[in-house]
Amino acid sequence: MVPASYYLILAAILFVLGGIGVLIRRSALVMLMSVELMLAGANLTLVTYSRFLGKVDGQAFAFLVMAVAAAEVAVGLAIAVSLVRHKDTTDVDEIDPC
Amino acid sequence: MLSYVWLIPALPLLGVLVNATAGRWFGRRLVAAIASLAVGASFALASLVFVTMLGVPATALDGGNGREWTIPIFRWIVTGDLKVEARLLLDQVSILMTLVVTSVSTLVHIYSAAYMRGDEHYKRYFTWLNLFVFMMLVLVLGDSFLTMYIGWEGVGVCSYLLIGYWFERESAAEAAKKAFLVNRVGDFGFLLAILLIFSKVGSLAFQDVFPAASALAPAAATVISLLLFLGASAKSAQIPLYIWLPHAMEGPTPVSALIHAATMVTAGVYMVVRCYSLFERSGSALQWVAWIGVLTALFGATMAIVETDLKRILAYSTISQLGYMFLGAGVGTYTMGLFQLTTHAFYKALFFLCAGSVMHALGGETDIFKMGGLRKRLPWTWAACLVAVLSISGVPLFAGFFSKDEIMHLAFVEGNIALGVLALVTAGLSGFYGFRLFFVTFYGSPRVVERSRRSRQMRASSSERGAPSMVERAQGIHESPWLMLAPMLILAVLSVTSGYLGLPKVLGLGNAIDQFLHPAFSASTRSSLGEGASWTQWAVIGASLVETSIAITLAWWLYIRKWGTAERWSQSAGWLYNLISNKYYVDQAYERGVVQPLRALAAGLSSAVEARGIDGAVTGVGRFVSLAGEGLHRLNTGRTRQYALVLLAGAALIVSYLLLRSVLG
Repeated sequence: MVPASYYLILAAILFVLGGIGVLIRRSALVMLMSVELMLAGANLTLVTYSRFLGKVDGQAFAFLVMAVAAAEVAVGLAIAVSLVRHKDTTDVDEIDPC
Repeated sequence: MLSYVWLIPALPLLGVLVNATAGRWFGRRLVAAIASLAVGASFALASLVFVTMLGVPATALDGGNGREWTIPIFRWIVTGDLKVEARLLLDQVSILMTLVVTSVSTLVHIYSAAYMRGDEHYKRYFTWLNLFVFMMLVLVLGDSFLTMYIGWEGVGVCSYLLIGYWFERESAAEAAKKAFLVNRVGDFGFLLAILLIFSKVGSLAFQDVFPAASALAPAAATVISLLLFLGASAKSAQIPLYIWLPHAMEGPTPVSALIHAATMVTAGVYMVVRCYSLFERSGSALQWVAWIGVLTALFGATMAIVETDLKRILAYSTISQLGYMFLGAGVGTYTMGLFQLTTHAFYKALFFLCAGSVMHALGGETDIFKMGGLRKRLPWTWAACLVAVLSISGVPLFAGFFSKDEIMHLAFVEGNIALGVLALVTAGLSGFYGFRLFFVTFYGSPRVVERSRRSRQMRASSSERGAPSMVERAQGIHESPWLMLAPMLILAVLSVTSGYLGLPKVLGLGNAIDQFLHPAFSASTRSSLGEGASWTQWAVIGASLVETSIAITLAWWLYIRKWGTAERWSQSAGWLYNLISNKYYVDQAYERGVVQPLRALAAGLSSAVEARGIDGAVTGVGRFVSLAGEGLHRLNTGRTRQYALVLLAGAALIVSYLLLRSVLG
């Protein structure tokens, strides 16, 4: 059986990759995708512990996170679309709120 | 009969309610009639109760006071263990006070009906006067310190309202304020005493407190008694809080007669007498009462000698006579203190009503040196005033003689030589200022004609004292209407007859008022009329007679025989005259010592504490918030990735803290 640490390290890598993506990419779309990556990392951690501790709480949480992620994507993509419509760009540095 | 006692205070209250609510539809006569009838009915009831009381044996089966009843009215406050009943206490002392209050009130109400006829705010006047009577009856009939306090504050408010009755006049408004503020000082003492009593005894009802007085520590009793006496000295105008009474003369003259001579100012005496067991437990407190009383008597009398304002002479005289009452109570002869209270109520009310009649005739003039020669013009007033003067001077056969000589005698026997001598000196002074007022006002050449013509010219000026309306009607000097004269004549009769209630012991006849009141003081260790040898009483009577005759002769010589001598004398002894006529600079001392420091303190507080402290704190909070906002708004850059970085950094910090904690344990 694969030890739990493998899963956790993979989850950490996913989370950090996502985080780096959010921080260094300018495109709102890519940032959204990176956030999804971070959520996937967190989900993996939840599921791992759920499996190794023999409790279903983690899996239930993972479903919740997926639902939230779906909602977030729906809203996020809508924002991205209207950004493109109004400002003709998805570059977060160019959409100055002021 | 007992079940109707509550009507005695309730009837004046009914008068207040009727006149205050429906009075606007009534004519002036009806308003006055309602007010007078309400008080008169309560006097009639009180007399009935008194007669009933006389039919009950004075000694109960168990040896206590048989003429003492508490009458429940309603349950007032119920919270947990604290239960306060509103009850009336009917005994010899309270029925005496009730009779004095209601009888003088009735007469003053009738007098007022004529005196205030021209006044615009007739209804307001009678409403307040009735309210005063109600509050005074609550004060004297209440069976606990709490009820007494209600009445105490109530009469204070009525006094304030009636002193400032002509509040359009600056001086009246100031005088009302002064009376109220000075009384607050005393009321504060009274309130502290009440709280102390409650904390020591656990009850405020008289029937619980007074038996428990003997169990109090003497020191506690002293503190309580002195605080009570502070309250009494403000209400009854004793040193050092007498300063409001002369100014209280700004009110209408019937008000001065009722409130500031006959009834309210005697509340302090009543309170001291009522709480005698507390004062006796303390011991030293009674000495204080006696000394303050006799000093005030002397002090007030000297100021009355040089005063030229008709009503203020009477005010200082009242202060002086109240001093006698406290002297009587202070040497432990409460019955004689109350006797002096009773006779004084009649003859001083009479004196004030005479003064009102004179002012009525002269269009509001109050300077006695602008009167003179009124004997022929105002014969009835002259006669009534003569009775009052003879009474106040302690001329034999008049009331003041009996009550004052008894107190002077007891001051020697129960107190000490110094108290007695001071009281004797004051008696001489009383004779002098009484007859000075009488001679200057009613004899000599009329100095009034020129003045009254001038006052008619100055009719429009509001600086004129007395009722503005009276100035209007001053068409020459005229005797007052019968509605004013009748109460004066009744009071004159009472001023003579009331003295015979307390005949001196040396005559071998019974002292009726002492016998009547004595059972109320059965627990007292001191209250027996002096056992001293009768020669002291003869000596006191003789000395006071000699002194009074000298004083009257001197007044006659100075103010009738050799008009003008007094002026020369006062000039040759200028410093003394100045000292006294400036009221010993007490007002100035209060101004410097109390009023100005308080003003300075208030100014300091308003500029330092208020502006910098409280306002500073409020504006400080505001400024802090706006500064913090200014600082924080720099973080709001609008750069999305910066936010994300901060977010992540924070999460990383939290995680590393948790990790470190779990690793390091």
